[in-house]
Amino acid sequence: MISARPPARVDPRKARLRAGIRRGLPFGVAVFAIALSFGVLARPVMGSVAPIVMSIFVFSGAAQFGSLAILGAGGGAGAAIAAGVLLNARYLAMGLALAPSLRGRPLSRAAFALTTVDSSWAAASMGHGMFDPWYMVGVTVPQYPAWVLGTIVGVVAGSALGDPRALGLDALFPAFFVGLLFEEARGRRRLAAAGGGAGIALALTPFAPAGLPILAAAAAAVAASRMRP
Amino acid sequence: MTAVWVTIVSLALATAGLKLAGPLFLGGRALPGGAMSVISLLASALLAALVVVETFGDGRSLTADARALGVGFAAAALAMRASMTVAVLGAALVTAAARGLS
Repeated sequence: MISARPPARVDPRKARLRAGIRRGLPFGVAVFAIALSFGVLARPVMGSVAPIVMSIFVFSGAAQFGSLAILGAGGGAGAAIAAGVLLNARYLAMGLALAPSLRGRPLSRAAFALTTVDSSWAAASMGHGMFDPWYMVGVTVPQYPAWVLGTIVGVVAGSALGDPRALGLDALFPAFFVGLLFEEARGRRRLAAAGGGAGIALALTPFAPAGLPILAAAAAAVAASRMRP
Repeated sequence: MTAVWVTIVSLALATAGLKLAGPLFLGGRALPGGAMSVISLLASALLAALVVVETFGDGRSLTADARALGVGFAAAALAMRASMTVAVLGAALVTAAARGLS
């Protein structure tokens, strides 16, 4: 690839970073809109400050929407945390895949690892199990400020919007999860896990306290893991 | 209010821990294959559960109301390769319109 050229004056890491940022810009626009809906939906449940703090320090759509859904339905912190951790458990697998591509001191490896989000991790995959860390950071760079700013705008705009139900904002939640599911549930085993998880949650909703039907859906992942790929 | 802050702090630490465990502590070691495949399937199972509970749940009962139309729109739009933004905003608009008509 680029190895045939003489050493370039431009730092190749910066070039990879810039290429990543260009790739990440359209994601940033989408992330802004999603964070805006998070801010609107979270404000009545969490107040004005907490949603923004959450977006700054958690920076994860699935975990933030998932735990908010449980808190909003009257579930406790334990169920909300457990759902968020299970939704983000994929980061453990993603981090294991990323590890061989990260070099340097622990602090530098940690800094790269913390920038992992689904879209940047997927975009930085070069095949053969290797990743381009600077490109991954680049793809994340537009998305982080978009996520935090979107949340702030959502919290501020939400208080001016009036009745969220009249605007159909309660449908944003499940629609957002459908979007994540479309990206995630590819292949027979994942579809089986999704179908089983939905069935378990529907069956338990009339009998179990808020949050538990979501957590119990994890059993479908265990069952589907026994299937052949 | 405390439940909210406990959730935020816990999820911030847990998410960072999940991202850091592989690169910092597991140093190239792989988890057992069974654990890896369960991990890779958890998000699908929980996301699907969230979809149905948030679409059809009403406290402890199940109902099909205007939300189902909106979420149906989102699923159809995504199946036709619409962007996430179009699908999500369209879901709210369809739901609001259905409520306005009913």
